[in-house]
Parts: sequence; structure tokens; C-alpha cells
Amino acid sequence: MEFNIYDLTSFTSSFDQLLMENLSPFWAVAIEMILIGVAILAFYAVVGLYLVYAERKVCAFMQCRVGPNRVGPYGFFQTIADLIKLLMKELIPIKNADKLLFNIAPYIVIIASFMAIAAIPFAKGLHAIDFNIGIFYIMAVSSLGVIGILIAGWSSNNKYSLIGAMRSGAQIVSYELSVGLSLITIVILSGSLQLSTIVEGQRDGWFLFTGHIPALIAFLVFLVAATAETNRGPFDLAEAESELTAGFHTEYSGIKFAFFFLAEYMNMFIVASIAVTMFLGGWMPFHVGGWEAFNNIMDYIPPFFWYAGKTAFIIWVMMWFKWTFPRLRIDQLLTLEWKYLLPINLVNIIIMAFVVLMGWHF
Amino acid sequence: MRSIINYLKEIFGAVAALFKGMRVTGYYFFHPKEIVTQQYPENRATLTMFDRFKGEVIMPHNENNEHKCTACGICEMNCPNGSIEIISEMKVNEEGKKKKVLSKHIYHLGMCTFCNLCVKTCPSNALAMGQDFEHAVFDRSKLNKVLNKPGSVLMKGTE
Ligand code: SF4
Ligand code: SF4
Repeated sequence: MEFNIYDLTSFTSSFDQLLMENLSPFWAVAIEMILIGVAILAFYAVVGLYLVYAERKVCAFMQCRVGPNRVGPYGFFQTIADLIKLLMKELIPIKNADKLLFNIAPYIVIIASFMAIAAIPFAKGLHAIDFNIGIFYIMAVSSLGVIGILIAGWSSNNKYSLIGAMRSGAQIVSYELSVGLSLITIVILSGSLQLSTIVEGQRDGWFLFTGHIPALIAFLVFLVAATAETNRGPFDLAEAESELTAGFHTEYSGIKFAFFFLAEYMNMFIVASIAVTMFLGGWMPFHVGGWEAFNNIMDYIPPFFWYAGKTAFIIWVMMWFKWTFPRLRIDQLLTLEWKYLLPINLVNIIIMAFVVLMGWHF
Repeated sequence: MRSIINYLKEIFGAVAALFKGMRVTGYYFFHPKEIVTQQYPENRATLTMFDRFKGEVIMPHNENNEHKCTACGICEMNCPNGSIEIISEMKVNEEGKKKKVLSKHIYHLGMCTFCNLCVKTCPSNALAMGQDFEHAVFDRSKLNKVLNKPGSVLMKGTE
């Protein structure tokens, strides 16, 4: 079994063959699924925890503070300590709450984001399922999370929670449009919904550069809409600390609260991954069509690091948004979507279709 | 046509305004020198609190162990939390007049909210706010302090 960090396809396929030769196909597939499930679960927990740490550090620096710095060097184990604390906390039962829905809601939120991760290409060959409708699948699955939020707000039997959940519903229903349309712009350019093909299509330059102006506009619209989709500031109306205490998760405590918290950060990771895959080439190194020498130098950095670096950058930009802008009011939020982003997006799609038709892209 | 121009103007104006804000926070992010947080236990040796910090009520004494408190009791009456108790006695001074003299100015640090009213209302400016803030003790009774030093007397010329 050879291991090549630049192309993991041979590693995964030889592993697959090994299992297939020794076991019946059913068990081989079952073992593969379990292994991938465990790997993604571990990845999910670690990335979630360290995104929380990163967010606290980034926000601290942007506000002239130091941030967590007591648990471990530079506070590196702070979020792990927080997790242990949350695990030991009591789960407070709510009087008159709808018990079943109340308990199910955090799992719905977390499962929705968990399912989306499966279809993200992390590196060449490091890709759990490569659907031929990959991007469509991710969008469909990641928007399921709002059902969990609505259920959480409804079953808590608390007016703040309900208001937060309703806002979240209105927000996601409208911003889903912008996310979808801006991704369609790129689908027009790439001519495929399959994520591996989309990444492969960026071999001679990322779509953000090859699609010039319409791709750039789509990228900006996607960033705004994706921030709104993840319920993060400046669009965090669903939680709105200053008005709704904690919005839809007011009544949750202990590990159930941690689930919502973790899911929020993982959603951020997922939308950043989508942005990277669709606009910035996914794991594809920075290539300029025709510059052979330059491209070869860029290929020395393993694809996973390209992917991780780009994702970290997008996440950092989203944190930058959150800690700079004040929160929007619900009517301003809907005005932004329906009066600005949506028309811009529709015009943009037409421009993109025209550009592709005339062959003006690179 | 005009409305379309306005619409576009609005968008570019908004983006420019947002970018302005992002420049400020981005600048802070890349300039750790701007951090204002004091790393307290590490910098304990060099830490100086700023002038207006209200750590505790103190009664300044001069080098002859004299204070300015006339035992009038105004601070005691003005304290919203009852954290001051004035214990005074009547003494006959050298001119043969009976005068109230401070024997104990008791200050309950544990009940004080550092509102500064006692300092503000003292007619003879006998009180001040000190900058010491490490008040943790293992026994509550240690928080009851006597502000006038033992053997101290009223400063000459303070009425
Ligand atoms: S600072 Fe305020 S609370 Fe404290 S002793 Fe003076 S008057 Fe009372
Ligand atoms: S400290 Fe000031 S207000 Fe209080 S008793 Fe003394 S002179 Fe009066």
C-alpha cells in the first residue's frame, strides 16, 4: 500500500481492494463506512473545538484584547476545558416543554452539518462520497439544520426562543436563494455539479480569476449570504444576545447547548469549504494556465494544505465580518436579501451565461 | 434611470463604508502592539493603577501622624451602604472648649461599593480613594478596617 501525500487516490483504492479481496463486499463496505464515519466524527470534534478557540483569539485581537491565555500555552486547551465543563453540567428539564422535540432538536442540527461534510473534497482522493450532484446535495443537506433550530425554538415553550427560531426561519428561507444562485453562477462556468469535476476544472486557474467579474460578484454575494446562512454576526438575529437572551437555544444547557454551539462553528467550516471548492479551487494549488514552471513549484505544497489554508482564510474573513459589523434589524436583513442580493445575483447569472456563451472566460 | 444610478450608488457607498470598518479591525488584528489588556499576575511588580481607580477608602495621614477628620459623621450619614461607623468622644482642648474628637473611623470594606460619596461629601477632605485592589482575605472580619492610624491626632488648623 503506497502512501503519496500528493495523490491519495492510490492509497484509498488499494485499501479498498485489500478489504474487497479478504471480505465479502457487504462487510468491506460496512467497514469502510464505519472507518470514514469515525474519522469524520473525530475531525468534526477537533475542528469544531479549535474553531471556537480561533474565534475567541481573532475577536480578542480585533478588540485590542489578548483572549484566552491561561489554559496551556496561549490558552490552547481552553476550549477543551470548556467542553469538559459543559459535559459535566446538569441538563435542566424544562417544564411544559415538548420533551421529545426538545431532545431531538440538537441532534437534527448537528446531523445536518455532519452529513454535509461527507461530500466535501479535502484533497485529491480524500473525498468520502463523490456524488455527481455533489454541490446540490451539500446545499440540500446543510439547509436541513434550520429545521432543528425551528424545533428547538418551538419546543422550548419560551417566547424568546420562538422569536429567535422564527427569525432564523425567515432568514434562511431568503438567504438560501442567494447562496443557491451564486453557486449556480459557478456551475454555469464549470458545467458540472460534481465536486471532483469542479475542482479538476480549476487546474488552469481558480474560477474566481478565470470567470472574472461575474465570478467575483458571485463570490462576494456568496460570502454575505453564507454568513447569513450560518446565523453568524452581523446576521445573528436568531440568537441576538441583547434582545432575545440567547434566542433559540435559551433553554438548553450542558452538552445539548454545546451541540448547537459546535454545529454553528461546523456550519461555518462547511460554507467556507464550499466557497473554497467553488471559487478558490478546492485542494487545487494556485495555477496560472501556461506557466509550467510556476505551476510545478506550486504543486510541491500538498493539496491538503492548500485546502486547509484557503478554508482558514475564508473562515478568518467571516470572523472579521462578525467582529466588525453591527447586527442588522430583521427588516434590514430582508431588504438586503430581496432588494439587493437577489437582483444582483439574477443579473449576474445572465452576465455569466453570456460570458460562457461567448467564450470570454479564460 | 436616475433611480438605477442611485441604487448602484447606494451599493457602492455601503460596500465602501463596510470596508472602512473592516480596515480598522484588520489593522488591530495585525498590530498586537495595540493590545491594552494588562497581564495581571505576571506584571504585578510593575503594575501601577491609574489615578481615578477606586480600590478602597483611605484616610491620608501626614508625616506627623495627623489626619484631617473632625469626626463630624457626614460620611457615615451619606454612605448608602452603612459601611462607615464613626466612634468619637468629647474632649476638652487647651482653650478649655469641649470638642468632638475622632477615636475610631471604622470602614467595612466588605460592604463598600466604591461609590465615592464619602470622599465627595467630607467637608474637610479627610478621605481619599486608594489604589490597592488585592483585598481577598480568608476571614470576613479582616475586611473591617480602622482608617485613622493608632495615636494619630487632628491636623492643626482643621475645623
Ligand atoms: S465609597 Fe460609598 S459605599 Fe464606600 S464607604 Fe464611601 S460612601 Fe460608603
Ligand atoms: S471623614 Fe470627613 S465626613 Fe467623615 S467624619 Fe471625618 S471629617 Fe466628617
